[in-house]
Amino acid sequence: MKCRDIIKELSSYLNGETDRALMAEVERHLAHCEDCRLVVDTTRKTIHLYCNSQPAPLPDDVRSRLHKALENRLRRRSS
Amino acid sequence: MTCAPRARPTNSMDPTPAKPTKAQVSISEGEGTLVAQAKAGDVGAFETLVNRYERKIFRLAMNITQNKEDAEDVMQEAFLKSYAHLKDFQGDSRFYTWLVRITVNEGLMKLRKRRPGQVSLDEKIETEDDLMIRELEDWGPSPEQHYEQSEMQRILQEVIGDIDPSFGIVFALRDIEDLSTEETAEILGLSVPAVKSRLLRARLKLRQKLNRYFGKREAN
Repeated sequence: MKCRDIIKELSSYLNGETDRALMAEVERHLAHCEDCRLVVDTTRKTIHLYCNSQPAPLPDDVRSRLHKALENRLRRRSS
Repeated sequence: MTCAPRARPTNSMDPTPAKPTKAQVSISEGEGTLVAQAKAGDVGAFETLVNRYERKIFRLAMNITQNKEDAEDVMQEAFLKSYAHLKDFQGDSRFYTWLVRITVNEGLMKLRKRRPGQVSLDEKIETEDDLMIRELEDWGPSPEQHYEQSEMQRILQEVIGDIDPSFGIVFALRDIEDLSTEETAEILGLSVPAVKSRLLRARLKLRQKLNRYFGKREAN
């Protein structure tokens, strides 16, 4: 397996979707290729950072306009 | 990792449903009751749903439109439409997934209006260049320790806003919203292989751009 093949399999590998034989091949390559290890590690961290990040609070003005718009719609519906 | 990349059944014939993550379980607790109450005309229940999801929906709208004003319009329209069509929501999926679907549709419409002829999800030409690895630096064990939460939020938003939307939307749905490959493909009208290909490219592009912030720092 070459470095290029590792990149092509990267997403499946990180998703745990590769079959056992392919997984073993990837890990054999990673054991001796520091460059690929770095790519796998930093890509894993990229996903981790995004999937664990909390959404920022809504800016007050944005939130206030949203609730005003909803209130108007709800009021119209109930009248 | 709370929402670690996870194995999902890729075969649509596979009857085994993907196991929900802890986050999915906790966020959907009580959702069904609130939706039923809202459908029965309980305005307060709908407001509770809005309060619960407004931050996430705004972030998704930002990730699609990459613009605060457009994201605000998209979020408002998504909530108003979800209220107007609540009676049509059959509960086949989670309410939140349904809301995400509406938000994506609104966001894509907004993008197409803003840049007619320039935003096409299905005709993107992917090149081998997208798979080239340029930066090879260690980020250390936990880059988040070096930044305040708000600064980290800003960096992540800025970086995802800097990649092609046709990649960014796939990443947002798969890795941030935690939808499956199949759900993402269906919402975006793409094939499953196209979603997988764009997810890989999006992850690599984001990694490369984050390297600017988290790559080896010069010693003070």
